[in-house]
Amino acid sequence: MNFETNSSAKTESAREIEQKAALWLTVHERGALSQSQLQEFDAWMASSLANRVAYWRLKAAWSRSERLVALRPVKPASSSTTGKQFWSRAKAPMSVAFVLAACLAGGATYMVRDSGPRTFATGFGERKVLKLADGSTIELNTDTSVRISVTQNSRRVWLDRGEAYFKVKHDAEHAFTVTMGDRSVTDLGTQFSIRREPESLTVSVIQGRVLFDTVNRSKTPNLLTAGDTAVVAGDAFFVRKEGAHKLVEKAAWRHGMLVFDQVSLADAAAEFNRYNDTKIVVQDRKAARRTIGATFPIHNVAEFVDVAQDVLKLHVDKREHEIVISE
Amino acid sequence: MDENSLEPSRNGARSMCTDEVMAASEVEDWFVRKVLPLEPLLMHFLRHNWRDQSDIEDLRQEVYVRVCEAAQRKAVESPKAFVLATARNLIVDRVRKGNVVPIDAVSDLEVLDVAIDAPGPDQSVMARQELERLQAALDQLPARAKQVVVLRRIGDCSGREIAARMGISEATVWEYLADGIRALANALYSEDAPKRGGRP
Repeated sequence: MNFETNSSAKTESAREIEQKAALWLTVHERGALSQSQLQEFDAWMASSLANRVAYWRLKAAWSRSERLVALRPVKPASSSTTGKQFWSRAKAPMSVAFVLAACLAGGATYMVRDSGPRTFATGFGERKVLKLADGSTIELNTDTSVRISVTQNSRRVWLDRGEAYFKVKHDAEHAFTVTMGDRSVTDLGTQFSIRREPESLTVSVIQGRVLFDTVNRSKTPNLLTAGDTAVVAGDAFFVRKEGAHKLVEKAAWRHGMLVFDQVSLADAAAEFNRYNDTKIVVQDRKAARRTIGATFPIHNVAEFVDVAQDVLKLHVDKREHEIVISE
Repeated sequence: MDENSLEPSRNGARSMCTDEVMAASEVEDWFVRKVLPLEPLLMHFLRHNWRDQSDIEDLRQEVYVRVCEAAQRKAVESPKAFVLATARNLIVDRVRKGNVVPIDAVSDLEVLDVAIDAPGPDQSVMARQELERLQAALDQLPARAKQVVVLRRIGDCSGREIAARMGISEATVWEYLADGIRALANALYSEDAPKRGGRP
């Protein structure tokens, strides 16, 4: 569904929009958002480009002000200012450690400092943005768990469950590696997304290149470039050329959206069910095979059901915890 | 330059999917890196070519919306030329619609052609200059908002700590912070770069 109308821009002045954008920024600044706040925020962002632009602008200004941290008094103990700036900073005491980073779209933002492996997880329907001291970000989708270890020499992440989107500040001297069970991905300057499910593993490269490898180096590593999706399911391994644009759409969850481009109703329902308590059940095969091409806010099950009912002319049965769709 | 080719359509309704050159999710990055740094130039142009200064923020917003919409549809080669052409078209549109007082003279819009070739904001601001810029911006904030920003950014204080320190409620802290962020954005983007060592 199309939510990008400009109607609000006509009625609301730029100043009013900016005030709301600033309030949302402070809500993010306060910390983790509740699911209802997140929904409200996503809906506000989705409702007009004017809202988004105002938010991006303020967010960018607030991010820039992070540099003010340099004005923080440095304690005599932290004399080590040699080497690469962010790595030396990571070693420095708390007084010069980075402050909470800017809020990226949606979800709460967490700061990851130099430390042993730390676990970060999201609950069902939740999203989080982790920001590393080097400027790399890791966006966690629903029901996801990662462990992160940042040391002077390396940046390592273990994706133990779920799905994450990585925006890596490439640094050849400090490899960025993500391990998923017996497989690993090493960044070669890039943005990529990894989804780990019990039976399969999907690595999609949105920008740049990554090296997809087995942890024990038993197989020849594969170089994946932008637009590639590598899938491992059991013993099967294949690389699909999907195109970076398509992959960006698939990662729309980062912005609280689901983009379906001629996706079967069954797959679309399964995707919604990853985020929402009210489950969509597509009952018969005929209905399951119908395709849908639309964009929805991630928590807006009702909108999806309306499309099934009004556009696809399917039968909809709304029950207590589930909605059954049939031909 | 063919001015029509620069005219972004004002058909705003648009889905995130389909064939845009830039995915909707990439627009933010592009906007922040390529368009926002042009804000001083854009504001200068708008202030110069529009009589009612109370409209400027709305005009700026409209320019940004049009530019971002267009960027989702086709590649924008020169953001600077494109932003200014969009601003120019917007002003021409408004004048044509007749619902506003026209600007003094259309010839004023010629400033545009000069501005495109004039040096833009420095793309590679050195860290120290950036810090000076931020300090200058900070100095322009209202006192209470400044205090909250300083405690948050430099003092790394929580909302509760700031509230206790300033003797205000936590809710008020966030209100001041919201004001502070807006003022910071205006100081950083909307105003011309301050001269070294002081405000303009």
